[in-house]
Amino acid sequence: MLRVEYAYWLIAAFLLYAGLCNLLERQGWRALFWLVLGTLFASGDEVLSQQAAGNALPAQLAGGGVILLALLAPQIRRSTHTENASREHRMQSAIRLGHRLFVPALLIPVVTLLVALFGSHLSIAGYAVFAKPQMTLTGLALACVIALFAASRVTRSSMPEGLIEGRRLLDAIGWAVLLPLLLAALGEVFTQSGVGAAIAGLAGTVLPTGSALACLLAFALGMVMFTVIMGNAFAAFPVMMAGIGLPLLIQQHGANPAILGSMGMLCGYCGTLMTPMAADYNLVPAALLELRSPYGVIRAQLGSALAILAATIVLMYLFVFR
Amino acid sequence: MNYWPLLGIAVIVIGFLLRFNPVPVVVCAALTSGLLAGLTPLALLALLGKSFVSSRLLLLYVLTLPVIGLLERAGLREHAQRWIGRLHGLSLARLLTGYLLLRQVLAMFGLTGVAGAAQTVRPLLAPMSEAAAEKILPELDSADRDEVRAIAAATDNIGRFFGEDVFIALGAVLLIQAFYTQHGIELTPLSIALWAMPTAIAAFVIQSVRVWLYQRQLQRRAANMRSERTN
Repeated sequence: MLRVEYAYWLIAAFLLYAGLCNLLERQGWRALFWLVLGTLFASGDEVLSQQAAGNALPAQLAGGGVILLALLAPQIRRSTHTENASREHRMQSAIRLGHRLFVPALLIPVVTLLVALFGSHLSIAGYAVFAKPQMTLTGLALACVIALFAASRVTRSSMPEGLIEGRRLLDAIGWAVLLPLLLAALGEVFTQSGVGAAIAGLAGTVLPTGSALACLLAFALGMVMFTVIMGNAFAAFPVMMAGIGLPLLIQQHGANPAILGSMGMLCGYCGTLMTPMAADYNLVPAALLELRSPYGVIRAQLGSALAILAATIVLMYLFVFR
Repeated sequence: MNYWPLLGIAVIVIGFLLRFNPVPVVVCAALTSGLLAGLTPLALLALLGKSFVSSRLLLLYVLTLPVIGLLERAGLREHAQRWIGRLHGLSLARLLTGYLLLRQVLAMFGLTGVAGAAQTVRPLLAPMSEAAAEKILPELDSADRDEVRAIAAATDNIGRFFGEDVFIALGAVLLIQAFYTQHGIELTPLSIALWAMPTAIAAFVIQSVRVWLYQRQLQRRAANMRSERTN
């Protein structure tokens, strides 16, 4: 059965490979960075199962690894992605291969789509091919492997050449790969430390609770602000609902819960578009596209995010109290 | 109530304002909040390690890098650009609006992992958008190219975010429903998902208009340059 854990092992192997390449090129800090991250990925399942069994030592070591990565990150300069094929060479190859170049690129979304749609019906001799949890993402990993195979056929190069090119791109992204994982961990630490409860407590003391509009604005803008800080609307939602949404808007002012919940979450999504804390949506794409400013994507989104937010707040005010 | 853990947020804000490397800033914020909340250092380390490895799926996109690298060396971007350059009916605004619609509809059916910055924007949408912008204004400088790529990434994000909330079996709707169930309010997922529709439509209209305005701005610049050259 294909499980998402296999994808983690593939990632671990790729990261360790990148570390060894850098080691051979005497890029010591960068080599250490990828090797530590690769080790964390390879040992992740063991860490989680030991933690569940009551042994905290592997998790503590993993935490030490995270701190080591944080110390290493400022040491590694993001290498500018050097093309190893000249522009003329790429142009000739593009003319020669034509639309065939699209096939492996499109295989990634298409195979992922097929697994997401039909993966649960697929079985060989009574055994399900895909494990239920995270089936789409397992499909994405499988799609990448199939697409790499197809790409090496189409471009008539070997799979190891794919690894060499992939590692160049990875070095170009550099420490930005860490941010999504670190911010997820930060969200967990914030929740465990009672940061959300403290914010809700503060908001409750300053708000004019008699006005439905004031409460609605505080709820909507609070969702945005909290999402901007935490980088994730899912983390903001329970805090703002427990602090303002449920006691003031629903119980005191009679707001419709379905509308309030749905549109409140969408206000949070507008916040996600504005914040560097949502690294996987905002900073990683900027690095992937090799923009000069890490905030380029946020700048392009800001106007849309504010307009969508304004529209959502107006819609919410019109419908939620009926 | 213990308000001291809020200092973790201050660490984040100050760190980003002073433009420190975000990686150590985020870890410092976690350590600050955790320690001020009274967690022991060992418990905090374990919490940090456990939550880090629990979110490994966020790095899945690196598996696309070998494919993209191989195809780009063989001229994928050059081919995408040449192809878009030859399609006369396909303007920048039509390309991005079409992609936005497709991304929203896919996300509404729960297919968010199908497209994305690594899967579709870097190899396909960004070079195609650059080519479409070049058709309008051949003298694109590198700042313009950055902007066009950023708009492509923004379109991808907006399509995803304001589509996925309409899907009934995905994170957001289930999270909302679970919160209400905990607090004694029973709602069906469909009633929640339905109310994401008005914002989904608003988001489509707003982003389409902004892309169209950007295209018009490029067209104006191109017209100015042409008139300068003839004078």
